[in-house]
Amino acid sequence: MAYAGEAPKPGFRPSMLIYDTRYRSLTIQLIVLVLFAFGLSWLINNVIDNLAAKDRTFDYGFLWNRAGYDINQTLIPYTNDSTHGRALFVGLINTLVVAALGCFLATILGVIVGVLRLSKNWLIGRLMTVYVEVFRNIPLLLWILLSFVILTETTPSPKDFRVTDAMIAAGEAPAARMYLNDSVAITNRGMNLPAPLFGRSLGTVGVGEFQLSLNFLAIFAVIGVSAFINRRMVRRAKAVQEDTGVRPVTWWKSLALLFLPVIALLLALGFHLEYPKMTRFNFSGGIEVLHSFTALLIALVLYTAAFIAEIVRAGIQAISRGQTEAAFALGLRPGRTMSLIILPQALRVIIPPLISQYLNLTKNTSLAIAVSYMDLRGTLGGVTLNQTGKELECMLLMMLIYLTISLMISSVMNIYNSSVKLKER
Amino acid sequence: MAERNPAFVRTAILPAQAPPLTEKGAIKWLRENLFSGWFNTILTLVGLWAIYSLISASLPWWLNGVWNASSLGECREIVAAAAGPDATGACWAMVRERWHQFLFGFYPQEQYWRPILAFVLLFVAIAPVLFQALPRRMMWLSVLYPAVAFFLLWGGPVWTPVVAMLGFVVLLVAYRLLVVPLGVVLAASIGVGLAILWWMFLDARVVEGLTALAPIGLEPVASDRFGGFLLALTIGVTAISFSLPMGILLALGRQSDMFLIKTLSVGFIEFIRGVPLITLLFTASLLLQYFLPPNTNFDLILRVIILVTFFAAAYIAEVIRGGLAALPRGQYEAADALGLDYWRAQRLIIMPQALKIAIPGIVSTFIGLFKDTTLVAFVGLLDPLKGITQIVRADIAWKGIYWEPYIFVGAIFFVICFGMSRYSMYLENKLKRDHR
Repeated sequence: MAYAGEAPKPGFRPSMLIYDTRYRSLTIQLIVLVLFAFGLSWLINNVIDNLAAKDRTFDYGFLWNRAGYDINQTLIPYTNDSTHGRALFVGLINTLVVAALGCFLATILGVIVGVLRLSKNWLIGRLMTVYVEVFRNIPLLLWILLSFVILTETTPSPKDFRVTDAMIAAGEAPAARMYLNDSVAITNRGMNLPAPLFGRSLGTVGVGEFQLSLNFLAIFAVIGVSAFINRRMVRRAKAVQEDTGVRPVTWWKSLALLFLPVIALLLALGFHLEYPKMTRFNFSGGIEVLHSFTALLIALVLYTAAFIAEIVRAGIQAISRGQTEAAFALGLRPGRTMSLIILPQALRVIIPPLISQYLNLTKNTSLAIAVSYMDLRGTLGGVTLNQTGKELECMLLMMLIYLTISLMISSVMNIYNSSVKLKER
Repeated sequence: MAERNPAFVRTAILPAQAPPLTEKGAIKWLRENLFSGWFNTILTLVGLWAIYSLISASLPWWLNGVWNASSLGECREIVAAAAGPDATGACWAMVRERWHQFLFGFYPQEQYWRPILAFVLLFVAIAPVLFQALPRRMMWLSVLYPAVAFFLLWGGPVWTPVVAMLGFVVLLVAYRLLVVPLGVVLAASIGVGLAILWWMFLDARVVEGLTALAPIGLEPVASDRFGGFLLALTIGVTAISFSLPMGILLALGRQSDMFLIKTLSVGFIEFIRGVPLITLLFTASLLLQYFLPPNTNFDLILRVIILVTFFAAAYIAEVIRGGLAALPRGQYEAADALGLDYWRAQRLIIMPQALKIAIPGIVSTFIGLFKDTTLVAFVGLLDPLKGITQIVRADIAWKGIYWEPYIFVGAIFFVICFGMSRYSMYLENKLKRDHR
């Protein structure tokens, strides 16, 4: 028609790089790439300049040098003659222990609190609300510092436990007492707990740098095998029930399967507890758990449990009321309704935010710095960094390790999440 | 039929009987809410026991509180004299003597009006953002507030913030002139480039010249005098206000079709979210000197704010991504069908809805960020929780005090964070558009 203008000529004109949406994204990406490469090379150039100006090199050789400092709480053998690399591992294991224990305990506490918050009991509901709001709205650091201060400043010092001959003669009791049949002592340094020992130990096996205790390996193996057999048995019982309607009695078989082999193994290994004993100035024997660890764990658990409780509550409330009513109509009691109908469905809603709470807890273990617990940041990012002056290397390695831990947790939990996800369509 | 004579016919309706005693009033409520079964009864008893033991342990401590004393020992003497030798009592005298350090750190006492004024103006500045009913023109106050607050808090010549704000004017003018021919992204980047040129090359000289011409200003206060809640609020408010736009851009970048931009955004977000905040703070205090040209050194508070902003932005980006994902696909398609370009569609259709969905998450990120400002203690800044409390507890007069400072600081944190979460609930309710 006469109104139509000339059709635009096919082909490429430079102005299309800006005005044509097909090419504009290319232009933008090219500019971003150039800027990014420029910025990156600027940073690397600065690092090289700065290292040269300070007469330093970038290398990780220091990890194989003698560390020369003591760590007050180690799970693998470590002396100040060990290397910085080994100190790193000690710290990493300390971090992981707090994180794993913290996640475990926080989940239990959080689920209990979250369920109780929805309970019809007015008083308990209010109490749990107060707990959740107080812990969620006050910084974690405060809880760590406060529990550490309370543990260290209100507990007796080791010398209060000493019983001298003069005191026995005068019939006086020491200023402080041990708990649980004289097996646990809480001092201003830490908790002295009984230590598990093996009279007929299997010894250890070396794996690279580390020594694994064969005793614990054997115990774990036995527990694993009996749990596996128990599961097989329960599954068979279920199959029989489906076929005949009569469920074979399994409870005593389960108990025997789960406990007898382990007890037999422990007896064979000569398992006994070594109680902490008061000597002249301090306790000897047993395990001493430092308050830095306990305070960090308590604070992390209480703080994270408040968040988990909210997640659990939201997850349960997301399940429609009809599900509960249907369960009641089937004649299920409230407890079974919760465990068979509500929780399995709520789990789908709960898991993704729960993963991020686990990640948060793991990252928050780095607040160990507040109570001088020797975690990864305390060894690699603390004493090692200060002794060697390798700030760049230590910080980058530490970030890399934390990043790896985070990615591992989230991938493992994502696998679990996809296994409980509702399979639809 | 008619002679059938029933023995008795009631002619008047009986008045309703009072319900049984167990089915009305307080007893019914108690039975339903506290003692509805054996399990609930046990729970109630445990709860009552917990409350009782908490109160019996702490009530005398609260009641015997001492407000006038010069040391912890004196406090204890007063408590012992008033309530007997075994009595416990709070020593609020510490708060009375040191409250200004908890609030302002070592900010010069005669200049306290400046942070207080900045704090009051903060409410004026955020009011138009928080409450839609206020006139939109007040938004200009919010835009100007950062410069005003910077001038009030740090002092120095008045021209520093004014000229720095001129950089934004340069940005805005360049953007307005170029946005029609070049499109949003290019116009904005050229504007930012010009503004950076302004700040790098002209800013310092203009400030110098203007200061020589008209030396108006306040007494400068160095960053190391900042502390307590002044520091926490400075870092928190700045990081909050900058992390939201940055988080939005990152979330859009992560959703983008452009491979490079998507990769960069994902890498940034996942890296920041994967490492603890403490390591980022140490980066600010230890590593930044490696990444910047030799002999550049800028304020530690500023470095910390930048890193905290990055940290919060990564989390906000994820929250907003959740909001974007929750939006039905039809909204994007409708925006395209209306012929809106990318930025208009985002601004008018997508973001208002996505942000509304993301409000709870955004606010809880802000709360987390504000609580995390206490971590700056580990890079040597005087946060209220560890920095100032440690100073107080190191004082020989207050050695051994622990409940009072932590309760005081914790209560202030609680009020602020709880207030934020209540505001988010209010906002959520107000913006609710569906009729469920």
